[in-house]
Amino acid sequence: MSIQVNALTKIYGSQKAIDNISFEAKEGEITGLVGPNGAGKTTTMKILTCYMPPSEGQATVCGLDVNTQEQDIKKLIGYLPEHNPLYGSMYIKEYLQFIARVHKLPNIKSKIADVIDMVGLGKEQHKRISQLSKGYKQRVGIAQSLIHDPKVLILDEPISGLDPNQLVEIRKMILNLKEGKTIIFSSHILQEVESICDKIVILNNGHVAADDEISKIESSYSERLSIQVEFLNSINPTILQGLGQGVNIEAISSTKYLLHVENNEDIRADIFDLAVAHNNKLLNLSTSQQSLENVFKSVTNN
Amino acid sequence: MRSIYFKELNQFFSSLTGYLAIIIFLVISGLFLWVFSETSILNYNYASIGQLFTIAPLVFLFLIPAITMNAFAEEQQLKTLELLTTKPLTDLQIILGKYFAAITLVGFALLPTLIYYFSVYFLGSPVGNIDTGGVIGSYIGLFFLAAIFTAIGIWISSLTSNQIVAFIVSAFICFVVYWAFDFLSALPIFYGKSDALVKSFGINLHYENISRGRIDSRDVLYFVSTITFFLWLTFVSLDRRKW
Repeated sequence: MSIQVNALTKIYGSQKAIDNISFEAKEGEITGLVGPNGAGKTTTMKILTCYMPPSEGQATVCGLDVNTQEQDIKKLIGYLPEHNPLYGSMYIKEYLQFIARVHKLPNIKSKIADVIDMVGLGKEQHKRISQLSKGYKQRVGIAQSLIHDPKVLILDEPISGLDPNQLVEIRKMILNLKEGKTIIFSSHILQEVESICDKIVILNNGHVAADDEISKIESSYSERLSIQVEFLNSINPTILQGLGQGVNIEAISSTKYLLHVENNEDIRADIFDLAVAHNNKLLNLSTSQQSLENVFKSVTNN
Repeated sequence: MRSIYFKELNQFFSSLTGYLAIIIFLVISGLFLWVFSETSILNYNYASIGQLFTIAPLVFLFLIPAITMNAFAEEQQLKTLELLTTKPLTDLQIILGKYFAAITLVGFALLPTLIYYFSVYFLGSPVGNIDTGGVIGSYIGLFFLAAIFTAIGIWISSLTSNQIVAFIVSAFICFVVYWAFDFLSALPIFYGKSDALVKSFGINLHYENISRGRIDSRDVLYFVSTITFFLWLTFVSLDRRKW
């Protein structure tokens, strides 16, 4: 296990930012850290990157303890903090040179050229950081976290505020980095998490609400089948109750309903018959799978 | 530490800060020493650059806080401090890198004033009729004074993310440490009882001692320990993020 978090707690004043959380992240995998704002994602990352120590509990990065071996851990980690802090007045190469010097890297020039190539900054490389667009600034941020070829990459919201094209490129880049590295990644954009990550940890109010591979999380929460139905004429919900005991009816409008079927039984044929029996017509009849978004909603709604 | 040191120096000289600090210091000290008739060396009739060492602390009182106000306040504002502290650098390396860079800039401002010394040296009658020992002592004193001001400025800058606040508060603290103890010691409660002790907390007494050209280990100890004290406060201030 390359990152191991064990009963980690961080208390700010009287508030518990994270409370007794445990999870693991493996080498060669991308672990997504998701959760609503204030759930403790950034706090967890700040502890793993040795920005601050935990109040209680342990965390190890490649077998090194964050409480006692911070300087060794810092050498292994590439970190992109939230909001991507940068020195706007520096030139891209000047900035990367500074970071490379901090890491005491040999062959700085070739390392900078490599990393600029890797993140696709080639065209912009002679500019000042403040002149770059948001997407390119984000690339500079990722470049500084990659320059020393870290074993562990911790990215706090690396894709927030990017346009769809940039999103695709950054996603590709992160997927390419996966091999031989442990990547922890936090995001609000669940579709991205779904497409990039191998496993996710959902945090809510400082607790781990779910922690598993994405497919398993989705299937374990999809006991309830949801069917969306739209009739031509308005229909009384009491009529829909005739569909059976295990059907929960959620009215969207007088003609549109969302039906939750508890035992996963496909009742679409029954709905059709019901419409015919009441001289009504169906405009839409579709099942909706439990997506990550629904899982997220259900585990983080208190 | 070296990476931080060079980054800071680069930033001083790639923005206007570095050049402005040096030019303004030289213009002000030049005007007072050579142009304004009341303080001009040319009207003074003695071959001395003593005026420089009276004016320089006043200029430093504003100039050094202006140099140091960026040190940590800007990093905190840009959130780049998080970037630095999660790189393989200790807090002490970050502090010292920034501190020595600021000191170097002050040194660059002081260096050209050696021209004043040589001018007076050659203008003196007979040539060389200047108290060289006093001048060397004064330079050392002035450098130590600047080193304390810088340490104060760095510390205050680490307490806030607002550069203007950092500037004003640093200038105030520098003023207190430089002169206020002198004024305090003259108050009736201290005068005649512990005025010497109160006075010895301030920079002025030690600065004047060293300016006479007599480098006393007690004065040096005062300067070094005061610098260490303020750098330690900076260290504590950076450590707050871990609390």
